[in-house]
Amino acid sequence: MTDAAIETATRPKLAVWKFASCDGCQLSLLNCEDELLSIAEAVHIAYFPEATRAVVEGPYELSLVEGSITTPEDVRRIHEIRAQSGTLVTIGACATAGGIQALRNWADVEEYRSIVYAHPEYLSTLDTSTPIASHVDVDYELRGCPVDKGQLVEVLAAFLGGRKPRIPTYSVCVECKLKGNVCVPIASGQPCLGPVTQAGCGALCPSYGRGCYGCFGPQDSANTDSLTRQLTELGMNSDDIVRVYRTFNAGAPEFSAASEAVAVASSTVPAGGES
Amino acid sequence: MDDIRILTPTDLGTLIVELRTSGFRVMGPTRRGDAIVTAQIRSVSDLPQGVGDTQEPAEYRLHDRDDGAYFGFAAPAQSTKPVFFPAEEVVWRGRRDHERGGHFTVERDTVDAAPIALLGVRSCDLRAVQIHDQVLSARHFRDAHYTARRDGTVVIAVACSHPAATCFCASLGTGPRPAAIDPQTGQPSYDLLLTEVIDDAGHRFVAEIGTDAGRELADAVEAAKGTETDRAKAIEITDAAAARQTRAIDRDNVHGVLKASAESTRWEDVASRCLACTNCTMVCPTCFCTTVSDVSDLAGESAERHRVWDSCFSADFSYIHGGPTRESTTARYRQWITHKLSSWQDQFGMLGCVGCGRCIAWCPAGIDITEEAAALGRMSVLGSPASAAMT
Amino acid sequence: MTTAAADARVRDSGDPMVPRRYAITRVREDTRDTFTLLLDPVNGETLTFRAGQFTMLHAFGVGEVPISISGDPRGVDSDGNPAPLEHTIRNVGAVTRALVNAAPGTEVGVRGPFGTSWNAADAVGGDVVFVTGGIGLAPLRPAILDVLNERERYGKVLLLYGSRTPGDILYGSEMRRWDDLNDVNVQMTVDNAPYGYKGKVGFVTELITRAGFDPRQAFAFVCGPEGMMRAAASALTGRGVPASRIRLSMERSMKCGIGLCGHCQLRELFICVDGPVLSYARLEPLMKVREL
Repeated sequence: MTDAAIETATRPKLAVWKFASCDGCQLSLLNCEDELLSIAEAVHIAYFPEATRAVVEGPYELSLVEGSITTPEDVRRIHEIRAQSGTLVTIGACATAGGIQALRNWADVEEYRSIVYAHPEYLSTLDTSTPIASHVDVDYELRGCPVDKGQLVEVLAAFLGGRKPRIPTYSVCVECKLKGNVCVPIASGQPCLGPVTQAGCGALCPSYGRGCYGCFGPQDSANTDSLTRQLTELGMNSDDIVRVYRTFNAGAPEFSAASEAVAVASSTVPAGGES
Repeated sequence: MDDIRILTPTDLGTLIVELRTSGFRVMGPTRRGDAIVTAQIRSVSDLPQGVGDTQEPAEYRLHDRDDGAYFGFAAPAQSTKPVFFPAEEVVWRGRRDHERGGHFTVERDTVDAAPIALLGVRSCDLRAVQIHDQVLSARHFRDAHYTARRDGTVVIAVACSHPAATCFCASLGTGPRPAAIDPQTGQPSYDLLLTEVIDDAGHRFVAEIGTDAGRELADAVEAAKGTETDRAKAIEITDAAAARQTRAIDRDNVHGVLKASAESTRWEDVASRCLACTNCTMVCPTCFCTTVSDVSDLAGESAERHRVWDSCFSADFSYIHGGPTRESTTARYRQWITHKLSSWQDQFGMLGCVGCGRCIAWCPAGIDITEEAAALGRMSVLGSPASAAMT
Repeated sequence: MTTAAADARVRDSGDPMVPRRYAITRVREDTRDTFTLLLDPVNGETLTFRAGQFTMLHAFGVGEVPISISGDPRGVDSDGNPAPLEHTIRNVGAVTRALVNAAPGTEVGVRGPFGTSWNAADAVGGDVVFVTGGIGLAPLRPAILDVLNERERYGKVLLLYGSRTPGDILYGSEMRRWDDLNDVNVQMTVDNAPYGYKGKVGFVTELITRAGFDPRQAFAFVCGPEGMMRAAASALTGRGVPASRIRLSMERSMKCGIGLCGHCQLRELFICVDGPVLSYARLEPLMKVREL
């Protein structure tokens, strides 16, 4: 072997996999312009169709998995990937919570399949969109739609350094306050999912004066019942509240339950009546 | 000191120029978007003149004032806490030397900043600085960066004339007029204390001298001599401000009430409302909990240790191998309010609350510390938690 | 006097937030998941400490953990030479994994020593009962060595030790030596044992009820998981040992070690500076409240 080949062989192999998703999280990796060279030096990018056609056989020391499980073929493939991966990290709301396509979990798949496709009989799909962790063991999850570049680099640095990545599970409010942002719902009355949403984005939307859309999914101690009351007080109607919980992380258990609680409450309360 | 001076609004501008010329970084209130925040003041035009606020549980709004007051508002969105105790700072930087095996070096980060002039600091927030002095700078181990930043601070306090509905400093004896002497150190609390007066006689600031440095500042701006009548007017304003406060904490009993309430049924009630979002701790001017965050590069060659604000409302805060010791929001809220209103007294000889009301206004669920303390008080008087729960 | 002198040395140790460099001289495997790290200072003298104190151990680029010092507080080996700094750690997280897997010569960071002492000398004249389980023996070892160092000044010395399985017994040969040579009554029990195990099976608290010591003038030092310490302290007071003569070593989350970060608070206590060693008289009401 050449020196370069030996060197390549000793670097850990990285694979990037895609399931039902928009590729945005993979692009976040390519967007790490400043760090991309160091990443390429530190790991051997062995499988990454979004970036290169070259394919190196597994096993892979580190697998990044984007997207959710929506077909029987996905289920087979994710088990195969797990089997040949050392550390497996899911990236993005699709992979960690089923993504926006998890809205199908509340719909009749049979029905829209027959409307959308000319030959639905050629289609093999599941009734649900589920996160990767519903099917195989996952070592770490990176939330967000898309994931945060900084967290992606952190998970790589931690993997290379043999340590646990620092992925905070507290609320977006912490990041807002650390940055010196003024609280959006308190000071301007806009609804904000920040108090029930996990940090990691650097409080991106509130930093621009917008409420949080919850794209990082539920924080570790999310109290959605309390937030629902606050959203109501800020003037949101039940349909809108159901909708804010059912976006990027509709399939996250806490947001899913919160949306159902609001939907049930609004359907059982007759107009002007008591619960 | 019975030395009263009168500053005009023009003198206030001169005072800022004077402080900046003397090398101070002037920090004070300014308007940023939807809120008044504490930031660097470069000239008198940075002050939020003609801006007022209303604060209610989970609500903060600014409005225009027609009297041109510079300090016609209550507690700004954030206190002066970040001035001396920033949300994140580097403790040390280190490098690993791969050539020499596992060798590494670390270098302490040092603070090299201009001395601070706090302009327009409110009594509540000034008291919070005094409390932080005790917590961070007066015990066996000190926070080196805090201590360095506090060195040579000049304080131009402004007595509070417009408390918000969320304020309760009067009940805690921490405002609206600051005590002249820090009860813990015996040192003067401020160099100058201004009270903004707007009446038929005009727009002016009654200045009370706290230190020689304060007197020199007043001399430097050639502030006119005032009289006891002017001081009486100033006191009348803060007395009225105190009288307008509607919220209160029972200062004499709250320490014992919290200590006796560890098993109260009230905790479940408040936890059903608490979002565990950490906002109350992040806006609290006395909350001092921090964590360390080690940041390293991809190659693992350089690393930095950061000191970052942390909150007892996060699950990770109390984590030890096996899980957090305070798993439930119930336990976390109990920890926070018990620390503020009771165990702080045991630790530092004072309460950890200054009555600024920020935790009430900036709580997205509108949880009110005064209401929770009062409810716990009522329930503990009633006797057993079981009988209290039935009422 | 010892206290004041040690405190003075702590003050002289420079900035308490900056780790000092120590080189790993040896990593000794004690059990399948527990290792003892022997450290020598890279520059200057090794730190002096009192039994019960801890340090913040730092693996460069990985992180920092609080670990009790498990060596002899006299700081010298049997030949009178400076002894390496000893920490016994369980391999349970990223930092401890990095520490136990480090090659000899690797440098680690040490801050401290921090915290309070067992002050075993308070037990002079009476019986001494050490109650511990698993790796809890490590923080107690310096106190045991303090007592054995002046064995004649104490009455009976008992070491009641419990571990999960016979394979998890820490410092087994050293405990036998204490029993044989130092007039220490060592009693061991395991929670689970393989078929044919000859030793005692059961919880360590069961040893307390039958142990031979005079409760009225005994001092007890307890170290282990909180549930075990609560049960042990209760059994000890049940035998008549006053709560003020029972000391426990508490574990809480710690980030600074010097009472500034707030993580280790147990109501009014900062465990890192008021503890880790505290009187059961002080702790009893606090340990009764869940999640305090």
